[in-house]
Amino acid sequence: MNTNTPHSGSKSARPSGFSLTDWMPKIVLAPTMVIALVCIYGYMIWTAVLSFTNSRMLPSYNFVGWAQYERLFNNDRWMVALTNLGIFGSLFILICLFLGVMLAIFLDQKIRAEGVIRTIYLYPMAISFIVTGTAWKWLLNPTNGIQKLMIDMGFVNFKFDWLINPHMVVYCLVIAAVWQASGFVMALFLAGLRGVDGDLIKAAHLDGASTFTTYRRIILPSLKPVFFSALVILAHIAIKSFDLVQALTNGGPGYASDLPANFMYTYTFSRSQIGMGSASAMVMLGCILAILVPYLYSELRGERSEK
Amino acid sequence: MKKIALGLTAVALSLAATTSQAGQVEVLHWWTSGGEAAAIDVLKQEMKEQGDTWKDFAVAGGGGESAMTVLKSRAIAGNPPSAAQIKGPTIQEWGDLGFLENIDDVAKAGHWDKLLPPVVSKIMKYDGHYVAVPVNVHRVNWLWANPEVFRKAGASIPTTWDQFFVAADKIKKAGYIPLAHGGQAWQDATLFEAIALSEGTDFYKAAFVDLKDDALKGPKMVDALTKFKKMRQYVDPGFSGRDWNVATSMVINGKAAMQIMGDWAKGEFTAAGKRPGVDYVCLPAPGTSGQFTFNIDSLAMFKVSGKDTQKAQRDLARLVMEPKFQEVFNLKKGSIPVRLGMPRDKFDACADSSMDAFNAASATGDLVPSMAHGMAVNSMIQGAMFDVITNFFNSDSMTPEQAADKLARSVKAASM
Amino acid sequence: MKNNVVGRKTSGVDKALRIALYATLILVAGFYLMPLVVMLITSMKDAEEVRNGTLLSLPSYIHFDSWEKAWSSACTGSSCHGISPYFMNSFKIVIPAVAISTILGAINGYVISLWRFRGSNLFFAALLLGCFIPFQVVLLPMARTLGWLGIASSTTGLVFVHVVYGVAFTTLFFRNFYQSIPGELIKAARLDGAGFFTIFYRIILPVSTPIIVVTVIWQFTQIWNDFLFGVAFSGFESQPVTVALNNLVNTSFGGKEYNVDMAAAVIAALPTLIVYVFAGKYFVRGLTAGAVKG
Repeated sequence: MNTNTPHSGSKSARPSGFSLTDWMPKIVLAPTMVIALVCIYGYMIWTAVLSFTNSRMLPSYNFVGWAQYERLFNNDRWMVALTNLGIFGSLFILICLFLGVMLAIFLDQKIRAEGVIRTIYLYPMAISFIVTGTAWKWLLNPTNGIQKLMIDMGFVNFKFDWLINPHMVVYCLVIAAVWQASGFVMALFLAGLRGVDGDLIKAAHLDGASTFTTYRRIILPSLKPVFFSALVILAHIAIKSFDLVQALTNGGPGYASDLPANFMYTYTFSRSQIGMGSASAMVMLGCILAILVPYLYSELRGERSEK
Repeated sequence: MKKIALGLTAVALSLAATTSQAGQVEVLHWWTSGGEAAAIDVLKQEMKEQGDTWKDFAVAGGGGESAMTVLKSRAIAGNPPSAAQIKGPTIQEWGDLGFLENIDDVAKAGHWDKLLPPVVSKIMKYDGHYVAVPVNVHRVNWLWANPEVFRKAGASIPTTWDQFFVAADKIKKAGYIPLAHGGQAWQDATLFEAIALSEGTDFYKAAFVDLKDDALKGPKMVDALTKFKKMRQYVDPGFSGRDWNVATSMVINGKAAMQIMGDWAKGEFTAAGKRPGVDYVCLPAPGTSGQFTFNIDSLAMFKVSGKDTQKAQRDLARLVMEPKFQEVFNLKKGSIPVRLGMPRDKFDACADSSMDAFNAASATGDLVPSMAHGMAVNSMIQGAMFDVITNFFNSDSMTPEQAADKLARSVKAASM
Repeated sequence: MKNNVVGRKTSGVDKALRIALYATLILVAGFYLMPLVVMLITSMKDAEEVRNGTLLSLPSYIHFDSWEKAWSSACTGSSCHGISPYFMNSFKIVIPAVAISTILGAINGYVISLWRFRGSNLFFAALLLGCFIPFQVVLLPMARTLGWLGIASSTTGLVFVHVVYGVAFTTLFFRNFYQSIPGELIKAARLDGAGFFTIFYRIILPVSTPIIVVTVIWQFTQIWNDFLFGVAFSGFESQPVTVALNNLVNTSFGGKEYNVDMAAAVIAALPTLIVYVFAGKYFVRGLTAGAVKG
């Protein structure tokens, strides 16, 4: 949607000689550039260097080759964390996208009190799991949460004890994460729907297309960029998920609900294994690049072809 | 490359510490539960009387995990607190990095060498110099029981694990929770360590101190793991992630019958107004009556700049060892003083028996460091053990043999 | 108004569908509200009711004692001033951090989309990675940097950190928004002799309100809710409210005071909640105006 921006500025309107206006863009960008260079790339390189050392409590520079990576992938806990990220990430993204689209479409039907409902859907994004952690722990805990509530209401055989089941606990994470982010995805899609050209829809209706067909054939395809943005935002939330685990399960039962960010944190800070922690950070960064590079490619390709 | 230089200087420790106000100590700790917070308040008051300012830097949660993050971040920034709650082998690690302050002068003036049992002073020293001050001695292998629940269930309080299982079955039948427990790795390890200790001091030392491979995967370990796994059925389904003091309050309220926990649990009983021997009973964990698993809290002193700050730091070290503080603090916290020859009249029966056990165990060699509380091994190996123990406790498929094997392998991998 | 509204005929089927639609929406709203309701209800009970009641049982009468306690006298560690001082700390961090990162983002976005030069796209791509970097990774090197700059363990340090890792997001937002501004506008203005900043003030800024709202809301929420940086880089005097809340929840005196914990949690969440409730409309409107494109 952004590809039709014409080129601006300096090339076409270049005055002769030195002009402050020509240099201004670079000057104002400089602080951010320095920040990015040091605090993003500098730190990443530093972490990469550390991942090849046997650093323990604090960084040291005793190089050991790929040993930390070898240890990492021989570590059961790391494999659990990676698997969890796979399950958690894909379920979280799919459910959020589905819920987001459905809720946005529902809310777009001239709903009375839309503002109130929209706020209710959106508010979880405003609160961190540090705040809601205790409430979530209660809700999911079989002895005083939803399970007890249902039993008290007469459903004696109702069982909801995922929180203490090593095989199911990761789905608890999904529930809480969906709760937090799906409203935001809904807002993105709602914004997208509001931006769809009304004439297009009218025309479709005049052609006799049903509501369902209109959405499927005309409206949703035009929201491709929104899908894309939502996907990237969700993927990044999934990979960075940390507070969630910390507040809900602290990795338990056992370490069944560990995610890579928590693994990295635990190993670096409380287990004094900075080398291995750094190696796990590099693997995480690799995952992020795998998502980001295609996104950036499609994001900037349009403009390149223009040149 | 700048980044590399950055790391190097971090290790070399820049002393570009920030200027702080006159005579203040900043103490980083995670003593935040009832008895603990009340106890630390005592120290705060005493420091005030000395004219020093106490800056309370409490970072709660995760058994000190967040606090360690803060400490590392501040050490790397060249701005460590004056004192931090560090203990066991971790003191040596910080000492290796050159962060700790030599407080031999305070120790000498206070005759610490005479007052402290050698097992304690050894931990407080780095390279032969005092760098930390011990606060208290905890006994970890305690069983806390609510006699009322036992009466109602018609069970008797156990002194061996076999008796424990008999009693637990009765209590369960009577509709109470036999064992109050919180599903956090260190709590699992605390429980497991008590069971392992009942397999004998030699075995415990071989497995958790000397990390002998044949002990780690031998038949005694398998036996301990089997008993440990049996505990799972005596725990209520809500145990997941529960804090230890919440578990303790279950015993206090009569919801649960027992808890295996260190003597800091007593602080909770005391804070709730319960009396030992009447409302609750303290006994050595089953099968470990002559043994003593110790957990010593200490404050390590960091190198700080500024005369006043250094003076305040030394005041702190001195005050911690004074009989007055040792008495008041330990009364509140539930532990026993580290100082030898303290008057006992104010301490209750639990503390009294703890002091006797400490003396007796150090004579017989049954005094062992707690693995679950970071006194026996460094954080890497401790973490590896935690992983196996907690995962085994929660797993529905792992056998004790597999767990023992895994324990041995993880320890080897972690000590690489 | 453009509308995508369907179902203009009101038949019985439509009516049934409509009822089903509302029922679904309300049911889903229930799911979203649950944790907040639990927190609110619990915060208004007294300790006895918390122990004996169930999760959703209503308090017999509403009292705000626990709110008062959480605000001004609850103990975190051994200092008993409630969370109010930390609440103020959070504001001291959030306000400058949001302001600086938004201004930087606006100017960056302006340059990247309207004053392109060789490499500006590459720069943008490179910056974008900053949105995705897991923050646990940067804790140690950042601690060192803060020490170097002499702003470790201070509010200033925290502002700095939040600006550093917020500017990637703000730049992204503004850049996507400014993409839709035609370049001719700038060209024409330049021919009229307007300079870099004049164009920004006179032409760009006046149309930027929607995206400024989105950015401010986003940044405010992110920074207010931050725990990791807050715990790692704060000192005794600069701990933000999330850290204090965590301490409070983990502090207990012979039995947990869940009502106080919950009250403190709600208080800690209030500023962001208020922002979402009152500015949520503009948030969605701002997203519509362009932040989602691209």
